Amino acid sequence: MIDRDQVLHVAKLARLELSEDEVEKMAHELSGILDHVDRISELDLEGVEPTSHVVQLENVWRADEPEPGLPRERALEPAPDPADGAFRVPSPQA
Amino acid sequence: MSELLELTAAEAVGRIEAGELSADEYFAAYAEAAAGDDLNAYLWRAEEPVGDGDGELRGVPVAIKDLFCTEGIETTAGSKILAGYRPPYDATAVAKLTEAGARVLGKTNMDEFAMGSSNENSAYGPVLNPWDRTRVPGGSSGGSAAAVAGRLAPWALGTDTGGSIRQPAALCGIVGLKPTYGAISRYGMVAFASSLDQCGPLTRDVTDAALLMRVLEGRDRHDTTSVGIEGGVAMPSRRDLRGLRFGVPRELASDAEGIEAGVRASFEATLKLIEELGGELDECELPSTRNGISAYYVIAPAEASANLARYDGVRYGLRENGDADLIGMYERTRARGFGAEVKRRIMLGTYALSSGYYEAYYGQAQKVRTLIARDFANAFEQFDFLVAPTSPSVAFELGSKTDDPWSMYMNDYCTVPMSLAGIPAISIPSGLAQPDGGGPELPVGFQIAGPAFSESKLLDAAYALEQAIEYEPPASPASRPGAAGSEEGP
Repeated sequence: MIDRDQVLHVAKLARLELSEDEVEKMAHELSGILDHVDRISELDLEGVEPTSHVVQLENVWRADEPEPGLPRERALEPAPDPADGAFRVPSPQA
Repeated sequence: MSELLELTAAEAVGRIEAGELSADEYFAAYAEAAAGDDLNAYLWRAEEPVGDGDGELRGVPVAIKDLFCTEGIETTAGSKILAGYRPPYDATAVAKLTEAGARVLGKTNMDEFAMGSSNENSAYGPVLNPWDRTRVPGGSSGGSAAAVAGRLAPWALGTDTGGSIRQPAALCGIVGLKPTYGAISRYGMVAFASSLDQCGPLTRDVTDAALLMRVLEGRDRHDTTSVGIEGGVAMPSRRDLRGLRFGVPRELASDAEGIEAGVRASFEATLKLIEELGGELDECELPSTRNGISAYYVIAPAEASANLARYDGVRYGLRENGDADLIGMYERTRARGFGAEVKRRIMLGTYALSSGYYEAYYGQAQKVRTLIARDFANAFEQFDFLVAPTSPSVAFELGSKTDDPWSMYMNDYCTVPMSLAGIPAISIPSGLAQPDGGGPELPVGFQIAGPAFSESKLLDAAYALEQAIEYEPPASPASRPGAAGSEEGP
């Protein structure tokens, strides 16, 4: 079970503003999903290696040669608030 | 005009090559069909062909799932948070297609950020199934599948994280291939769950799937996890299945819960065909796949919660409440920009990765993944291929599963294990069946999985089976049950 306080804590970690209705609904839905998912936390998997990548890859090397990247103007084009050749953001202390 | 829409893409390429068909005329026929899209399959359509069409694909149009970046063309991933976003570059898969002479016909609708199995999670409205417009096309590549099945595109590009190519292909009665992880570059594909995401074709038949795979596969310096397929992909030609051993995993077939009776009957009839074609059949076990959905719904949301952190209102996309402080801007932007399912998965993933829960969820899920990959490896010591239904049901009614996330997730039960193991799997139409409780006959998908990088063999076997199944979809969308103007609606 996941309660209201846990939902608010996780939403803060995820940088997600939730309405009152969403908090209630989320607590209910996440609890429902976790009921099913919990079956894997109960398995005894001592000694099993976790998989992080399915294809066995050796180190992938290439020569470290400089080349042009995305031009600054192009990178700034889709930005909501570009200014002085940079991405402008609100002050963290506003 | 409509006769052109009945050609497979490979047939069109052949006619253009032989000088019997003009590439521009063929493109115009599809541009006109796409302009009349009444399935909500497209989010953007090309009015004019772009590119000279030089190359082996001869100017044939292709529909692109809106998850792929297309330079200067709006790319939304089905989300409001990316509304109006025009990427400054093309995804490698798109670039490879256009370099081979294909021309972009449109961008197709999808579940937001590829999270969904019914296309009802698109911020731009659900896609309708061309077989019956009261039903879902599957997801998340639902727009691509509906466009190909509804004769609005000759073929399309999709992506598959836990079944998002195979399941909509099954529900729309077309072919869908999820290649081996690493076969095709993911560069420029909006990331959902990076250890699972893979691009692949949705096509009318197996030959078209092979033709697209030949162009798409390959190592890409922009995606260090891409390795390509050694020796490339061969065009399929097999007429029988002699000498091939097919395993039927009990967990995904006879023991699987919730498989509709009609789907089961079609699956069993196809097993008989495999034997008639000379293939050997035997039951086998993949015991850990029983935990596949649980592991998947930890791993995929966990990776998504990290990948979707980039939507913060700074570099592209929506920004809300720019006058608040920085954190407030992040929180409000994401609250307004993301839909309910995306929020749910971000929350689930953040929870699973949070301090105190990491080992119990993510750590365990990654171990289950090891066991599932091991089950497949063991089975492939005995069998060339494993077969299972693609989807437990035929296309279901719009709105019928939206209230219960877990029942929606169970749609992926038969497709998720292959994704977790990184192996290739194809869905081909195996016939028509009624849903449980009655209703119109709808397409059923038959899934074949092979070892990593066995695409050529897999396509070859699927081709032989496809010829034997002799599946003939209704000639035109208008003649289908439930289609606009049809008198025999559901």
